[in-house]
Amino acid sequence: MPERLEVRKTYKLYLGGKFPRSESGRTYEVTDSRGRFVANAAWASRKDARDAVVAARGAFAGWSGATAYNRGQVLYRVAEVMEGRAAQFADEVAAGEGLSATKARAAVDAAIDRWVWYAGWTDKLASVLGGTNPVAGPYFDFSLPEPTGVVAVLAPQRSSLLGLVSVVAPVLATGCTAVVVSSKERPLPAITLGEVLATSDVPGGVVNLLTGDAAEIGPWLAEHADVDGIDLAGSGTTAMELERSAAGTLKRVLRTTAEEPDWTADPGLSRMTPFLETKTVWHPIGL
Amino acid sequence: MLSVVSGMMTGVTPTGSTALDPAAPGAVAAPGAPRTLDAYADVTRSDAAFRAFLHGLPGVDQVGAEARAAQLGTRSIKTTAKAWAIDTAISMVDLTTLEGADTPGKVRALAAKARRPDATDPGCPPVAAVCVYGDLAGVATEALAGSGIHTAAVATAFPSGRASRAVKLADVRDAVANGADEIDMVIDRGAFLAGRYLDVFEEVVAVKEACGSAHLKVILETGELRTYDAVRRASWLAMLAGGDFIKTSTGKVSPAATLPVCLVMLEAVRDFRAATGVQIGVKPAGGIKTTKDAVKHLVMINEVVGPDWLSPDWFRFGASSLLNDLLLQRQKLRTGHYSGPDHVSVD
Repeated sequence: MPERLEVRKTYKLYLGGKFPRSESGRTYEVTDSRGRFVANAAWASRKDARDAVVAARGAFAGWSGATAYNRGQVLYRVAEVMEGRAAQFADEVAAGEGLSATKARAAVDAAIDRWVWYAGWTDKLASVLGGTNPVAGPYFDFSLPEPTGVVAVLAPQRSSLLGLVSVVAPVLATGCTAVVVSSKERPLPAITLGEVLATSDVPGGVVNLLTGDAAEIGPWLAEHADVDGIDLAGSGTTAMELERSAAGTLKRVLRTTAEEPDWTADPGLSRMTPFLETKTVWHPIGL
Repeated sequence: MLSVVSGMMTGVTPTGSTALDPAAPGAVAAPGAPRTLDAYADVTRSDAAFRAFLHGLPGVDQVGAEARAAQLGTRSIKTTAKAWAIDTAISMVDLTTLEGADTPGKVRALAAKARRPDATDPGCPPVAAVCVYGDLAGVATEALAGSGIHTAAVATAFPSGRASRAVKLADVRDAVANGADEIDMVIDRGAFLAGRYLDVFEEVVAVKEACGSAHLKVILETGELRTYDAVRRASWLAMLAGGDFIKTSTGKVSPAATLPVCLVMLEAVRDFRAATGVQIGVKPAGGIKTTKDAVKHLVMINEVVGPDWLSPDWFRFGASSLLNDLLLQRQKLRTGHYSGPDHVSVD
């Protein structure tokens, strides 16, 4: 019986619904929490980020134009497909974050539940954040929350799966499209999440996952004139500088804290409202 | 004189093109010399003679042409060279709108964009021309008055070319009367493919005459000619008939302009100048959408025909969406950060 050859995986980006290598051809070594070699991940460059923004912009009309109900169905589908690969996620989280098998599995479950939670929110946001306004005139006046556009997400550096899902899912739930830069040291759950997204009815380009260094790519995304919002969760010490850059093009900015928050806590609407614009309609009414 | 001779010596390229010696033209005229097409008068004396001449042109090595075009497309153009290339490409754009739904308002908007492509930067050069249907040439001419930007009009039953010659000539005269100073005509591809070369030739001659002082661009519609050999023959036909520019496509047929087709046409104008001293312009149109495509064309001009053609007088891009991409790249170079489609005007 000949020994079976090992089939090794090439870790790539998820960009525009496809899995390309970095255009730069760069890779970097990923190690587990004890410093042992795990994989060579693609090291995304500014040009990958540029391409990702183009893909996200292209996907925006379709995703934001889909009904909120449909978006909820798609996000729930992500949870379903993730459930089937829970063991793989748990292994990657355990290796990357140095958690016990039980705790890693709990983090994966929480991440899956987070998709379900946001899936439920898609068609309720308008009711909670919008409504009719009493105005002194013959108008039916109402306000609606609308997605802001392309959102750059710098994912948390420590919580590689639950943190990642906690910042990506709300952006999708609002109808925005996302360009995500994963945790630099712990990118594997992000790569696997890309494979889940590719097989769960999320249109290509709606989420673009780049593995690499947020400190390198972040400034390009913060300055990019075609990015409408930025979540600075994983920006670390560069946060202040990125806020300043983002102001140049009047981006919506979700600020971050020095310490990573407890991702298991109930997020409320705090991660969705920053990426919504309010549209108010004044509709004339007869007397 | 010397450069022309050496140009002829190096005329053998990977695509198998050589400078031509049709009916013993005798001395080769220097570039810029008066038009000395007399040597070629003989080749159009009869259908048979013209066919013999066109089919006697060296064949194009398809694999070689495609490989050379692909190789020239790999050049990396950065920083100051890129800035120069972008500005040059902008100045070569024939800003085009050829839709059934075109209105005077849309043409005026396009003319305003032609005058100042980037509203945020007065340093941005204007484009070369605005290209419209003949009935809107008057609107374009009025809107472009005093700017030095040309008005190009498509004529001769564009894009199919399927009309009688009288109608085509009337179409041309009408466009010229409306103020067009450049006419983009289509050749009769049906006649060309059927081998009635002299008919096509005579039609181009007649259109050139109808143009008066207006420049004539001859659209070969290379997507319908099938082979590079046919592109080379059509190029020579158009140049001998008096076209000032040879243009790849109408933009209504796919494939439109490709790099290898443009390479074959550039070689044709190079060989034509070497043989007759007459310089002809080239205009790829259709399918050129990105700055990268445009820069590849500029590299190819420089490598194949030399810097003499690197000017809007001798090279044009027929395009509409290309301009916005050039402007986005220009803004990126100027500001240091990526720009977006919200920062250029929508056509």
